Amino acid sequence: MVGGYNTISLGTGRKEFNPKKERPGLLEYIQEAGRGTLAKIGGAAVVDESVISNFMAARYNNQGHLAGFIPAIDEGLKFKPVVRVEAACGSGGLGLATSIKTVLAGSAEVVLALGVEVQNTVKAVYGADILAGAGYFKERKTGHAHFFPGKFSDRAGIYYAKYGREKTRKAMAVWFKNAIENARLDPTAQEHHNTSASPEAVASVEPNAKSFLEHITVFDCSKVSDGAAAIAIVSEEGLKRTGIALKDAVEIVGLGQAEYDITAPPEDMTALETTAVAVKKAIDMAGITIDDLATVECHDCFSIAGIMATEAIGFAKPGEGPDFVLAGNTSRTGKVPFNTTGGLCGWGHPVGATGIHQAVTIWMQLTGHAGNSQIKINEDRPYALSVNMGGDDKTVIAIVYKKC
Amino acid sequence: MDYNEKMENVSILGAAGKMGSGIVLLTIVEMADLSLKAENKSKTYVLNAVDISQKALSGLMKYINAQVVKIAEKKIVQLRKIYEDRADLIENSDIINEYVMDVMNILRPVTTLESTYESNLIFEAASENPDLKVKLFSQINQNSTKKPWFLTNTSSIPIHELDAKANLEGRIIGFHFYNPPAVQKLVEIINAKTTVADLSEFALMYAKNLRKVVVPSNDFAGFIGNGHFMRDAIYGMDQAVKLAKDIPFVEAVYMINKVTQDFMVRPMGIFQLIDYVGVDVCQYIMKVMNPHVKDEEIHHNLLDMYIDMGVRGGQNSDGSQKDGFLKYEKGKVTAIYNPEVKEYVAIDTFAAACDDRLGKLASSHITWKSAVSNQKTRLDVLRTYFNELKEMNTVGAALAVNYLKRSKEIGLKLVADNVALNTDDVNTVLLTGFFHAYGPVNDFI
Ligand SMILES: NC(=O)c1ccc[n+]([C@@H]2O[C@H](COP(=O)([O-])OP(=O)(O)OC[C@H]3O[C@@H](n4cnc5c(N)ncnc54)[C@H](O)[C@@H]3O)[C@@H](O)[C@H]2O)c1
Repeated sequence: MVGGYNTISLGTGRKEFNPKKERPGLLEYIQEAGRGTLAKIGGAAVVDESVISNFMAARYNNQGHLAGFIPAIDEGLKFKPVVRVEAACGSGGLGLATSIKTVLAGSAEVVLALGVEVQNTVKAVYGADILAGAGYFKERKTGHAHFFPGKFSDRAGIYYAKYGREKTRKAMAVWFKNAIENARLDPTAQEHHNTSASPEAVASVEPNAKSFLEHITVFDCSKVSDGAAAIAIVSEEGLKRTGIALKDAVEIVGLGQAEYDITAPPEDMTALETTAVAVKKAIDMAGITIDDLATVECHDCFSIAGIMATEAIGFAKPGEGPDFVLAGNTSRTGKVPFNTTGGLCGWGHPVGATGIHQAVTIWMQLTGHAGNSQIKINEDRPYALSVNMGGDDKTVIAIVYKKC
Repeated sequence: MDYNEKMENVSILGAAGKMGSGIVLLTIVEMADLSLKAENKSKTYVLNAVDISQKALSGLMKYINAQVVKIAEKKIVQLRKIYEDRADLIENSDIINEYVMDVMNILRPVTTLESTYESNLIFEAASENPDLKVKLFSQINQNSTKKPWFLTNTSSIPIHELDAKANLEGRIIGFHFYNPPAVQKLVEIINAKTTVADLSEFALMYAKNLRKVVVPSNDFAGFIGNGHFMRDAIYGMDQAVKLAKDIPFVEAVYMINKVTQDFMVRPMGIFQLIDYVGVDVCQYIMKVMNPHVKDEEIHHNLLDMYIDMGVRGGQNSDGSQKDGFLKYEKGKVTAIYNPEVKEYVAIDTFAAACDDRLGKLASSHITWKSAVSNQKTRLDVLRTYFNELKEMNTVGAALAVNYLKRSKEIGLKLVADNVALNTDDVNTVLLTGFFHAYGPVNDFI
């Protein structure tokens, strides 16, 4: 995997964001990310195929048929195959999985994987309708106005009751603090300009069911974002074609995908069962243990999902995720830094781009291209994991990477 | 008194005006929320928006529609509950559209009075003209089938006078919103001696349902708000005239405006406030008040002079400020009117000299904005500042201290004259209705 590129994640929090002013659209984001990656890998000529990931441009932007945007990145992509994939918030991960399989199948040596979402075209109250499409539409009527936050508020409420509210709320505030501190170090992050003296105190407010939700606050939610990310999946042959040095590439050593019935509720509201399955597949395929991981990008669409991910991956026993987080293990100086550029709560969540953004972040960290966000990668733990989740733990794509 | 029943048929006079449009918005949302209660489903709610201008009514419809959309978006969580049993309304957008339709369905824009004859409640926000108000009330009262209640928004006309002249038998109360009604938290409720008890009770309940802060005011021309503001403005104009004996008039206006804003930590200077309310409106309110005030002259020559010259202030329809005593560019004061040559003089040409004359602000000075944004420390910080101000030997400090004394005197007089029940009420009006950082009746000075 080579040539990662992230655009800015634009939305509330960024200084340049003004909902009343005209902003870049799908085309601009796709072109910026696509050209960013092409410039690093030797241009469009080296690319055999592309995969474009997006969730709901059909509603956010009244635009379908996104595959057709790939040739708009570069004349050199004209007539080359493109696949568009969709798995809600897991679209990016699914794009990576599709790209990886295309390379493994031998039908391409270089695949451009690009994800994009432009969400700020509608107000949050209507965005909630669109995002609800990631769940089962038959549940929409009885669901909350903010459908997905409602789902995870419900999960959080049950989690509090089972494992303790106080420590969980505290851990959620720490999750937010870590997200902001990491985002400040990455100039493309949506919370990069956050100047709050104490993000933890900011996030320590009580939920208000009247105006939002019973068990979580806006600080427990990922952001509404416009953005794109791109990266190239290459075979050994493809790597030679790009002329990129091995040290600037990362190796993909494990891939785990899992799907859960979208019409059925989770068996256990306090656990991310599908995530656990996908991660296990990826870790097993890589032939490592989670102790070999230097860093993790997990899908913290909500802080409670981040905490539950620490359990699903296996770092903490059920109910002990909050303790794991409170002990500082997931901070950038902790045992295994999570979401080193802020994750979905801090960097942003341009839905269809998120899975790709995770891979780009890991590529940056493992190749030493992470700038101010750079964490130390120990030689004895050269692995990293990304977990991208679609919907309420329905589609999950886990990938294990290794420093070359 | 059956609140619900009263709210079923309402008319608002002057509905397309500045105040009327806000009152329509607040009232129609309140009516819609009642209409959506299960027990009221079979009833038909009607709000007649009465105005003489078709053009303004068409603007009103657009305004109400846009505002109701915003309101619906904000209370989507409650709305989903309200429309719970409507299987066909699934997404937030479905529910918001339905709510907006349900609200707009209540609204009847009209230019004639006939439809008001069936109303139980008549809100009145027509132009501040006693004869016009009396004429409207009489006509409705004579033709109505309902013995309606009248709630007038008059800023200055005594309620008992309207009652007597229109022969309403106490079915009238002063319900004085502040501008803009949808945003301003304060209402002054003015009971005439004759006001029927049920109506008083209704007015309180209605204010509570609108989540307003209520201050009762006695039925004296100008009530509390204008009772204070008009006298305060007269004092400010007098001070400017006095200063202008030695310096150019525009500089005197600049200095008094600055003293009343910066030195006194108020949201805007007195001349800007006069412009904001409207030079013509101020003149008019004083004209209505003056005959009712025996021991003071509520009048100022400057206002008459400016109106004669066509300088009126007030706002454009987009909410931007029109030029008056001061000239505004993008909301900022850039020049001051010189009535001798009938031209605006740019502030840059004299501001520095005037600032020197006024002297520096105290070291403990805080801006109005930071005072009101720190409610916890507000009073302590202001006390420290005013203590320092009192010790200072500058022209600006002296003007400010005297102004504060006058403002307090006005507040106390409103209580002595029995316009306000107590000084707390006076302070609440200035704090809430005028956004002051402190009440005029304080122990700072
Ligand atoms: N503007 C303020 O700051 C403020 C604050 C409090 C109270 N008030 C009071 O509210 C009332 C309205 O003031 P405003 O500032 O909204 O004035 P406005 O001029 O904006 O509105 C008055 C409206 O009354 C309409 N009108 C005139 N004659 C009419 C008639 N015969 N029938 C029906 N409508 C008629 C006009 O067309 C206009 O739309 C006044 O009594 C005023 O004193 C104003």
